[in-house]
Parts: sequence; C-alpha cells; structure tokens
Amino acid sequence: MSMVDEHGRDDLAADMRAVARSQDREAFRRLFDYYAPRLKAYLRRAGAAGDAAEDLAQEVMLTVWRRAWQFDPAKASLSTWVFTIARNKRIDALRRERRPDMQLDDPSLQPEPPPRGDNVTELFRMSQLVMRAVEDLPEEQSRLLKIFYFEEKPHGAIAEELGLPLGTVKSRLRLAMARLRTVLAKAEGAKAEGSAVE
Amino acid sequence: MSAAIELDELLMAHAAGRLAEPVALVVASHLFLSPVSRGRYRFFEAAGGALLDKLEPEPVQQDGWGRMSALLDMSEPEPPPVHAGRRRAVATDDGLVLPLPLRAYLPGPVEALPWRNYGPVAEADLPLADPEFRTRLIRLKAGRSVPRHTHEGNELTLVLHGSFHDIQGHYRRGDLAIADAGVDHQPTADADGDCLCLAVTDAPLRLTGSIGRLLNPFLRL
Repeated sequence: MSMVDEHGRDDLAADMRAVARSQDREAFRRLFDYYAPRLKAYLRRAGAAGDAAEDLAQEVMLTVWRRAWQFDPAKASLSTWVFTIARNKRIDALRRERRPDMQLDDPSLQPEPPPRGDNVTELFRMSQLVMRAVEDLPEEQSRLLKIFYFEEKPHGAIAEELGLPLGTVKSRLRLAMARLRTVLAKAEGAKAEGSAVE
Repeated sequence: MSAAIELDELLMAHAAGRLAEPVALVVASHLFLSPVSRGRYRFFEAAGGALLDKLEPEPVQQDGWGRMSALLDMSEPEPPPVHAGRRRAVATDDGLVLPLPLRAYLPGPVEALPWRNYGPVAEADLPLADPEFRTRLIRLKAGRSVPRHTHEGNELTLVLHGSFHDIQGHYRRGDLAIADAGVDHQPTADADGDCLCLAVTDAPLRLTGSIGRLLNPFLRL
C-alpha cells in the first residue's frame, strides 16, 4: 500500500510551487513532514550513523528550500527530484566523492526530439507507470531494489544478510530491472506511436 | 542470461548513485551525448523517487521542525541562474566538443595531457584518484587498429570524436562500447578520421580471481 494517495501527492506538488513562488513556510512544513522522515530512513540505510542521518536529511530539505526554483514538474516528479538531491548529498557527504553529473536543463545538451503535446501530462503518465511498476513488484524484488537504490552494500553482503546465494540476489535484481524495463518499453512505444500518428 | 553488463544496468546504477566515480564519469558523459539514454536514465531516477515514497519513514527528532526553521532563517534562497542570451556552454578544445562532465575533470586542454604514443595509438591518463580503475583518453589514428586483446576485467569506451568498429559493432560519437572479460577484440578507427575515446577499465590486478569477477566493481556489486 502506498503511503500517499494521488490526492496527497498533488497537494505536495502544489506546496512545492508555493515554496518556489513565495517561500511559503506553511507549505514547506508539509513537505518537511512528508519527506524528512523518508530522507532520514534513506540516509540511515545509506550508512549515516547516529544523528548524522537527521542532520543530512535537514541539509537535503534545506537544498529543497533554497533551490525551489529548480523544481520543474515537466522534468521530474517531486519525489524524483527530492530523491536526486538526497542521492547527490549521500555521495558527497557519505562517500566523499564527486558526482560527475550534468544539468539536465543545460542548453548545451545534445538536443532531444521536440516534445509532443503536453510534457507535464506525458511525464505524469510515465511517473504513474513507474510508480505502479514499483508497487506491483513481488515483495522480494522490491526489497532488493530498495537495497540497490538506498544502500552501499555490495551484493555479497546483501546475499549474506538475506541468507541467499549470490546468484539468486543477482538474478532477482535483474528480474526487477526487467519488470521496470517492460514498463519503460511500453512508455517509449506509446510515445513512438504518438509521434507516428502526428 | 549474459554475464556482461548491460547499458541499462549502468544507467540504473548511476541513477541509484552506486557507480564508482570513474565509471560515473563515463556514464554521465555518455548521457550528455545521448538523448535516448537520457530518457531511460530519467526513468530509473523516477523509480528511485517511487521507492523513496515507499520507504518506511523514520520519525525525526522532536525539535526537528524547530531546527529546520532555524536553518531557513539563516539561509537565503538561491537565485535562479541568469542565462545571458543563449550561452555557449559547450566546452571546446581545438574544435573538439567535449561533454561537460568530462571537461570538469581535465586539468587543461586535451593536447596538454601527458600523452604516450604507441604507434597507431596514443593514450593519456586522467587524474582520478580511485586506485581500482584506470581512466584515460585514447586516440586511435584513422584506419588503424589497437592490437588485438582480451580483457581481464571490464572496459567501457565512450566515443568522443570520430568513430571505430570491432566485432561487437560500429561506434560513433556518444556511443558507449561495453567489453567484459570474455571479449576478444581489435578496435579499428574508421578511415575518415582519428578517433578519440574516453575509456575506463578496472585495474587488472583486482580481477585476477573469480571473486573479483563476481563482485563487479563497476556496479559496486
């Protein structure tokens, strides 16, 4: 079961717009209440010990506040945007590495095909598909995917912890990825079909 | 099921933040040049967002919001960047257009790197600290081949300029060639020009045993 229904998620996106527009603290508090505990859980799993997980979650939320202008619902869902900020923070603070990255809005990027119709609608559709795909994963695959996304553990350690052979861990991860890819293929197929019609 | 790393695995691992820095550099540079991969990468990031929603929340400390408010009081919102017209952010180097993620790792112009020449091939190591990987630029003269070789470990090769082919296929600017331990190949630059690539290999010493191969350092597996 999802923690937030679609209605709740819409409200959060509206809160985010209010923060970007007018630094609305009440709206930000609602974002904090939803995201800070999840970020804390993520950063804990990524290896932040003791109070560090709480401190890092605060830093991520501070970035959300300060870079509110950067959130573009046409490019990513709110949770996805927050996830990428937390991920970069984790690499920076916990692994002490640089993250070679690109700004997706950089005008020097190799141009993409012009978007058809409404980008926001299309992106919303895709994130719905991704969300449903993640919801529908069998428990053991979704558990592994969370470990893959949120923890530093090498597969050997995961296998040990779950009491599974390494081969099983790897094949389950591949199965989870294959499921996501089926959804991706569907989304890309629909897109291609759409452009062919136009 | 093949043991070779697939492009999607790299994209997903990069979205999850699992790649070691040198591998992340190659993947980010590839993303810069490939709109198709960028779309797939965004999808894997979206999966990260969906998983974050599903994570069991860990309650914040009692004064969590109070501390957050204090941080907000002390901080100024970052102003959006001003794009002065259509800025030319592409890093050029003697007519060479390099992906920005890579540009950030070069100490100076490409020609000023410590190139070593081996006949048809020249290579220059990039200053990345990770001892588990070797990161370098490789230049292959037009129509010439790299001596035939197999791999002890994995090798990712991103074409930055020109093109090359080997038994696995034909690679143009922006294409990423993935070779694993099993590949026996002889990359040959196309006849119409020199080929410049960014390559990362896991240091052979690490992969001499079967353990090394199983615990694939490319994906931090």
